[in-house]
This record gives sequence, structure tokens and C-alpha cells, in this order.
Amino acid sequence: MQEISIKVEEKLYQNRYMVDEGRPHISVKPHTQPTEALASLVKICPAGCYSRTETGQVEVAPDGCLECGTCRIVCAATGDIEWNYPRGGYGILFKFG
Amino acid sequence: MSETFDAIVIGAGPSGNACAYVLAKSGLNVLQIERGEYSGSKNVQGAILYADALERIIPDFRDDAPLERHIVEQRMWILDDKAHVGGHYRSDAFNEERPNRYTIIRAQFDKWFNRKVREAGALVVCETTVTELIKDGKGKVIGVRTDREDGEVYADVVVMADGVNALVASRSGIKKEVAPETVALAVKEMHFLPQDVIESRFNIGEEEGVVIEVAGSVTVGMVGTAFLYTNKESIAIGIGCLVSDFAEAQVRPAFLLEKFKNHPSIKPLIAGSEVKEYAAHLIPEGGLPAVPQLYGDGWMIVGDAAQFVNAVHREGSNLAMTSGRLAAETIIEAKKAGKPMVASVLAAYKKALDDSFVIKDLHKYRRLPKVLHHNKHFFTDYPRLLSQAAETMLRVDGEDKRSKEKKVTKAFRSTRRLGGLLGDVFNLARAFR
Ligand SMILES: Cc1cc2nc3c(=O)[nH]c(=O)nc-3n(C[C@H](O)[C@H](O)[C@H](O)COP(=O)(O)OP(=O)(O)OC[C@H]3O[C@@H](n4cnc5c(N)ncnc54)[C@H](O)[C@@H]3O)c2cc1C
Ligand code: SF4
Repeated sequence: MQEISIKVEEKLYQNRYMVDEGRPHISVKPHTQPTEALASLVKICPAGCYSRTETGQVEVAPDGCLECGTCRIVCAATGDIEWNYPRGGYGILFKFG
Repeated sequence: MSETFDAIVIGAGPSGNACAYVLAKSGLNVLQIERGEYSGSKNVQGAILYADALERIIPDFRDDAPLERHIVEQRMWILDDKAHVGGHYRSDAFNEERPNRYTIIRAQFDKWFNRKVREAGALVVCETTVTELIKDGKGKVIGVRTDREDGEVYADVVVMADGVNALVASRSGIKKEVAPETVALAVKEMHFLPQDVIESRFNIGEEEGVVIEVAGSVTVGMVGTAFLYTNKESIAIGIGCLVSDFAEAQVRPAFLLEKFKNHPSIKPLIAGSEVKEYAAHLIPEGGLPAVPQLYGDGWMIVGDAAQFVNAVHREGSNLAMTSGRLAAETIIEAKKAGKPMVASVLAAYKKALDDSFVIKDLHKYRRLPKVLHHNKHFFTDYPRLLSQAAETMLRVDGEDKRSKEKKVTKAFRSTRRLGGLLGDVFNLARAFR
């Protein structure tokens, strides 16, 4: 597959968010080795919120989250993440949707 | 808030708005709770609005609803990497006084619909997330808890219209968690262009619109489809595949969208546009087997939360509005008869759904999700074969037509074998019957 270069951050830049400072609505449970489901989120989160640390763990920075729920569903069986909607009024604010 | 409402509706998408509107119109005391800043701020759709479902709720909606274009032309394309083959249907009959399908922009449309709900007399509270249901000692749902301080409110019945993630029901233990193979993840962008450019590019008049539905190699072997819809001054473009396939194939959704946008058949249509938003949302695709229990003591589920999407025909909002309306009518009937909001009474909702196109259509295609899940070559081999066949037959190069036909047949047979081809025909025919 040819790599089309994409920067998800640039896409997110178009969007409007109300970030709930200091209250992330998603967190990854402490782990030494990520499960396959957790590791997959680095690729499949449409907003690119998940990344690998230098030591191989998966971390999340949900500021750009589109609140689709994909990560929650993929990790429901493994319980790798804690997922809630942002507090009412916070998070993504679609202008068009 | 310590009063008890006749009904609480969770969510202000098409299902919740339809439900709250019909309830409030009948004079009931309704509370609608929405987590977004306003109705629509969290919602994503292609978006095609099917007039009939809304007309049954607000007959004169055309007077002031924010509609983009009515659809006069449908293109169905199967893509391989270089080409598209497909069918088009365009008819002047779609230029009627009360058009049947429109493109809409959900954030604007939902806001409009929700204003109607308020005008009908419902109390709408936004920026408030429902966290769980409140039950009495016997398990009957009597209200909801929210993320507001002192955020407990009570009602005779709670309608869950909270969309595909359906967290309220699953976290309250009345519905299973959504499974990755029953939902698609779609990513979508809004591309802005001057109105006259859109109209000349798509060969349409001022109010007319075109929709393009796409399947094929753009989903790189995953079960999914893509779309391109014309709005007044923008083009909505998106692609979606099953979450289970994304997880397995490890494909970046944004990459898939870029690939689609760069396809030679698509690229010229959006050339020069300005992108103003990137969105992602899930779509229920589990069909009838994924529909949960729809009612119980003091509760009902409507819309995407109940998996009411006809993925074959890309219909969802109309099933959402219809289920919301039928739930409301069930509640109104029960109230009138002075009956309690218990499962045996609310069962009338399921009966009404069964008699409507909602369950009938889901029943018709009940086998399809499984067939597609186990036959990924529908999304890989066939698009390639079709495109090759078209190219072979159209290219004039001195080879005689009989030999060309043989070549095409041979390509099909060597890829799928005769048994495979017959099996595919059988499976598909059965799934669409
Ligand atoms: C990319 C895409 C394209 C689509 N294209 C089409 C199309 O062209 N035509 C069509 O008919 N359908 C289409 N659909 C499907 C259609 O969008 C859905 O079927 C429809 O939106 C379902 O309506 P709903 O009201 O059930 O859910 P939603 O529209 O999701 O509304 C749910 C509402 O509940 C709110 N909510 C959620 N949880 C809570 C909570 N805990 N507390 C308070 N509020 C809450 C949300 O903020 C939201 O406003 C498409 C979907 C997608 C994703
Ligand atoms: S909800 Fe969707 S956008 Fe948000 S972090 Fe999870 S996968 Fe990414």
C-alpha cells in the first residue's frame, strides 16, 4: 500500500473543541505490555489520540477526541481503558457534523 | 429539579427530537437532556434526510427546516484503484413539489428540530450528560442521574435516544455492550466550494443535488462503503468500515479518507475546495441480530441506540425518527388509558415497530452482515474484476470480441472458481431477498 502522507493534527486543527482542562475523559490503565487491542488504537483512533511511549506502553491524549467510541468498543473486552463522555458541554463541537 | 415528569428523553438527535416533539405536542410534561452545547453539536451524518419520516411528524417542515439540496441523481460506483464502474439514475420526476430526499447539515438541522421541540413545550436541558438510570426496589426505571450537581430527575418513563454508543443502557445493565463487528467507524470531511462551481461540476440546477455511493478497493479489503454528497456550498465526503476490520487490518481511518479523496474519479470533484471540518462517528451495522430488548419497566430504547440502521440503503435518521415517534405514541396511548409504564404496556412499542418499515426492512436484510463479514472478496476481487472486464471490452485494440469475452470469463473463473461464483450469487441473493 502506498503511503499517502497525512497529518491528523492538521485535520483536527479545523475543528472546534471546548477542552475540559485537567479532566481528561479517557485514561489508559497502567500496564507494562499493551494488549493487542490496546496497541491497535495507536493506528485506528481517527483522531490519533493514542501513541506509544519510548518504553512501549500506550498512552492517550484525548484533547482532539472526536468522541466516536471506537477505542471504548475495541477495548471493552480487555478493560484496558476508562472511557466516559466529557462533562456536559465540553469536548468536540461540530459546526457541521 | 424535584418534580416528576411524564417522560424523560435522553439525547437530542433525530430519534430523541422526534420522540420529545410528539410527546410535548400531545401536552405531556417532557424533559429532554442533551450532553452537547446544543442539539447537533455532537452529531454526524452524511447526510441524507428522507422526507417521509419527518413529514409524519412535522408535515410542513419544508417551510423553515435548513435543507441543502433535493436529490435528483444517484450514482452508484464500484471502484478499483484506477477506475469506477457503476450505474446512475437521474430523473426530473425528483423535481417535485414535495421532494423525497434532501441533503442536510446535521448540526444545523438538529438545532432547528430541537427548536421545534422547545416550541412544542418540552423542557430541553443541554450541556448535561446522563450517567445512569435510577431504578426503584423492584427494578423499574424511575428517573436518571446526570453529571450535574443534584442532578437526579424522575419520570414515569425514560426513553433512551442516546445514539450508537448507547452507554446509558449498557451501563445500567439493560443492554449488552456494542460489539466491534456490529458497528462501522466513519470519517468525514466538509469541503467548501462556491455554489456555481458545485452546480457546474455536477451538472445540476440551483436546488438540485447529487449523491454518490461507493464500494470497492477504497476500503482496502475491509467491509465498508464511501460516499460523496452535494450540499449548497459544500461537499460532504466520507468513508466507513467495520470497527472489527479496522482493528484487525490496522488501517488508519484518516489514511483511508485521503486515499478515497485522491482516487482519480473523486479528486476532480473536490479539487480546489476548502476543508472546514473533520469528523468521526460510529454507524450501527449489526442489523436485526444486533437489536437489543427494546422496552422494559419504565424504559424504552429508540434510534441508533437500538441499532436501527438499514446499512444496505444507508438509512438511519428515518428509522431513528420513526422509532422515536412510535415510542412517543405508545406512551401517549398508555397515559390516555391511565395505564402504568410497565413492560406489558410498553410492549405496544415493539408491536408498532414490527408493523412498520423499521423492523420489516431490518428483517429483509438480516443475513447480510454475516454474509459480508465472511466474504471479504466482495470488496476486493469483484471491483477489480468488474473494472478489468469493462476495460477489456471497451478498449479497441484489434482483438476480436469473442476472445475478449473469454478473457473476462476466465478472469472471473480463475479468481473465484465456478463454485465460488455460484456460492456468491446464492449468498447475496438470499441476503437481499
Ligand atoms: C457518516 C455517517 C453518515 C450517515 N449517513 C446517513 C444518511 O445519509 N441518511 C440517514 O438517514 N442516516 C445516515 N446516518 C445514520 C444517522 O446519522 C443515524 O442513524 C441517526 O443520527 C440516529 O439518530 P439518533 O437520534 O438515534 O442518534 P444520534 O443522532 O447519535 O443522537 C444521539 C444524541 O444523544 C446525545 N447523547 C448521547 N449520550 C448522552 C447522554 N449520556 N446524556 C445526554 N445526551 C446524550 C448525543 O449528544 C446526541 O445528540 C449516517 C451516520 C454516519 C455516522
Ligand atoms: S473516542 Fe474515538 S476519537 Fe476519541 S480517543 Fe477513542 S477512538 Fe479516538
